Amino acid sequence: MRQVDVLIIGGGPAGLAAAIAAREAGVENLLILEREESLGGILKQCIHNGFGLQRFGEELTGPEYAQRYIDKAMELALPYQCDTMVLDVTPDRVVTAISPTEGLQQFQAKAIVLAMGCRERPRGALGIPGWRCSGIYSAGTAQRFVNLEGFLPGKEVVILGSGDIGLIMARRMTFEGCKVKACVELMPYSSGLKRNIVQCLDDYGIPLMLNHTVVDVAGRERLEGVTIAQVGENLKPIPGTEQYIPCDTLLLSVGLIPENELSTAAGVELSPATSGPVVDETLATNVPGIFAAGNVLHVHDLVDFVSEESARAGEQAARYALGQTADNGPAIPVENGFGVNGVVPQRVHAGKVDAPIRFMFRPRNVYKAVRICVDFDGQEVLRGKPHMIMAPGEMATLEVEPQLFADHPDVSKITVRLEVRQ
Amino acid sequence: MRDVIIIGAGVIGCATARELSRRKLDILVVDQASDVADGGCSKANTAIVHGGYDAKSGTLKAKYNVAGNAMFDAISQELEVPFERNGSLVVAFEGDDLSGLEELKARGETNGVPGLEILNQAALQAKEPNIGPTAVAALWVPTGGIVCPYELTVAYAENAAANGVQFQFDTAVDRLEAIPGGWRITTTSGETLEAKAIVNAAGCGSGRLNNMVSAHKLDILPRRGEYYMVDKTYSGTFHSAMFQLPSDKGKGILVARTVDGTLLLGPTAEDVDDPTDTRTTAEGLAKVLQFASRTWPNIPGRSFITTFAGIRPRPSDGDFRLGEAPDAPGFFNAAGIESPGLTAAPAIGVDLAGWVADYLKAEDNPSFQPKRTAIPKFRELSNEERAVLIAQDPAFGRIVCRCETVTEGEIREAIRRTPGARTLDGVKRRTRAGMGRCQAGFCSPRVVDILCEELGLQPTEITKFGGNSVLLTGPIGGEEAAQ
Repeated sequence: MRQVDVLIIGGGPAGLAAAIAAREAGVENLLILEREESLGGILKQCIHNGFGLQRFGEELTGPEYAQRYIDKAMELALPYQCDTMVLDVTPDRVVTAISPTEGLQQFQAKAIVLAMGCRERPRGALGIPGWRCSGIYSAGTAQRFVNLEGFLPGKEVVILGSGDIGLIMARRMTFEGCKVKACVELMPYSSGLKRNIVQCLDDYGIPLMLNHTVVDVAGRERLEGVTIAQVGENLKPIPGTEQYIPCDTLLLSVGLIPENELSTAAGVELSPATSGPVVDETLATNVPGIFAAGNVLHVHDLVDFVSEESARAGEQAARYALGQTADNGPAIPVENGFGVNGVVPQRVHAGKVDAPIRFMFRPRNVYKAVRICVDFDGQEVLRGKPHMIMAPGEMATLEVEPQLFADHPDVSKITVRLEVRQ
Repeated sequence: MRDVIIIGAGVIGCATARELSRRKLDILVVDQASDVADGGCSKANTAIVHGGYDAKSGTLKAKYNVAGNAMFDAISQELEVPFERNGSLVVAFEGDDLSGLEELKARGETNGVPGLEILNQAALQAKEPNIGPTAVAALWVPTGGIVCPYELTVAYAENAAANGVQFQFDTAVDRLEAIPGGWRITTTSGETLEAKAIVNAAGCGSGRLNNMVSAHKLDILPRRGEYYMVDKTYSGTFHSAMFQLPSDKGKGILVARTVDGTLLLGPTAEDVDDPTDTRTTAEGLAKVLQFASRTWPNIPGRSFITTFAGIRPRPSDGDFRLGEAPDAPGFFNAAGIESPGLTAAPAIGVDLAGWVADYLKAEDNPSFQPKRTAIPKFRELSNEERAVLIAQDPAFGRIVCRCETVTEGEIREAIRRTPGARTLDGVKRRTRAGMGRCQAGFCSPRVVDILCEELGLQPTEITKFGGNSVLLTGPIGGEEAAQ
């Protein structure tokens, strides 16, 4: 069994940032395991621009953004192994992986960074009635066919769900001469970024039909059309509002699920709100020496924040592997207050905070004239700056300085909440 | 002229083909679909090896159910198909007429089903701790089991092919007529096929075929069943297959673990006009959940990975129709094989093959090889076995389907076998690639690439299940850009 100080599972943006940070924190013996044939993760197929505004102050495409990290990894000569799938992680950090060239390998890691990313929710999870024909794809699968394989999944398209990949694919398919007839969203608001609604739908005259869903799928062999209907407040279709849209392709952009099968095998506790691990301010999970970052932890909408978060996880994993971390003792819980869903981190060692903590979460609804507030034991200790609008489609963040914790050494519960101006 | 043409490559047709290949015969199996088990019956059913208490005593259904059930241990070993005799429970709920359980038990005993026992609530809860609180008693059927219907069909087909049986797909029968010394099939594409004997194992088409040649008419009344499939995380919820006691509220909905660890909820029973109508409906799926929640309260909403529907070929006279039509010598029926057809298949195959062989006065095939070897299931191997396999063939070291841990090696083998996978669904049924929780989102581009490599096809030629079920409509930038 090979000994590794920091083993990073996944060579996408999260894994790359974690590995670079781990090396910069002094770990020589690290290893990235990546299941695809090259590094870069999902960014390889994200050929549109808009990446890196926060991190680099310029607009990059997905592959360009990834390449910056790959270049840095090469410069640091970070060890990595592609075409390698991790099959199992144990609570004592034994990692089993296979590859065609290396066969079955086992590693004993001092620390692990989970950076496996997320996957798309499929049709089956929604129970859409109708035929089970070809022509129904999750948006990311269609994106791979178009951008990496060079083939079109169809010509006349309806998109169900308004997640960012679906929006991006609406524009991409339009560029390829396809007719995108509608983007249909169950909720009264989009689950994607505002800028994508504007740049991918509005600019091309593609209607966004809120409060609508697909209620039937027609086509024995290849998709021939979908029936959509308006939904009421209970999200159930309203009889009589059905309309049929002929199309040969239905793209689903109905949510992303962190991919945590390996985490579960390792005994990592997951949060029902995020479907990702429960972590503390150092991105440590409940299993000693196992850290998590990026979309495996919670689904981000900007890769820039993935990089930032993952660098922190990589650095903390390095410190753990090098024996530089003391036992942090018990942590206090971070709770979701009004309007807040899936706050990360979920635990804080209030007496040990030595760096700013960025709380991240999804607003539960669309709120106008709103600010993020933090309570310690029910007493407000921080009021964020006001926002014009917050929506579930855009992750909200608030950075809290260590001083705030130093000022309140006895805090036993943290609540992150929204305050809407009356 | 061939000796035998079997129409229908479902579990009945393939079992019969395999049993017939024990004789020196020239056998062809035809099917209108693009693959074995791709019709609507064998690919989508409840995957249960029934005990045999349900069928009316004295019927062919009862006889072949009990006989088929007893053959499953041996046939599953010979064909290397997963089978588990985990028992069935027929559960009665508050308000049900409990005498129904006694009636089922008595009927089962008449049918020759061993080991039947009525459990009280405490005994039921001890056996199945997750059963709903309104379940008050159950019939315990220890001989009940579970098997994968398409894996069994594929295994029969592969073993038949290894013993010389030929397969021809995308072949639909337009006309069937008697000719001197046998029968002539004219296909919808105008091809003619001739054989001394015909086996009608055409599922929902079996009535139509029978009525082409026999005055003893048979109507098939297609009945659709809708199902939910639940993620394997919930595999341990129930040990046995959980039936519900039929009542005036309906036949009940089953909750059953599959051999692959997922849970099936279903089926509904809706009469449909069109035997190919495998649509799911909002009403049907809602009904499944409503009834299934009696057995399994608080079914987790996030647990569903897919929904589907299958079709059962319900015979108008209520029973299987088996054997030579009295007015059509050499035309053998296995018609109207609805539930418990999967359970009955091994026994039907043996008897039907026997009758056909007697009719043809066929000699034994001395080189018959009963053993079929399964495609290695990487996910079920030990690490030592995995290391050996990858060393032999590096393609087993590359995972293509992450949810079900299916390797490239398994997929290539599924395509290379006879009859091999030609479509995305063909690969799926043979390897489980695409059957998991992401439902082929991750693996389908990779499987398309492998199918293209193995079959020498372009990506635009790959289909989900044949016909016009193409996956990709063309290269980006149009045809010119592709040149």
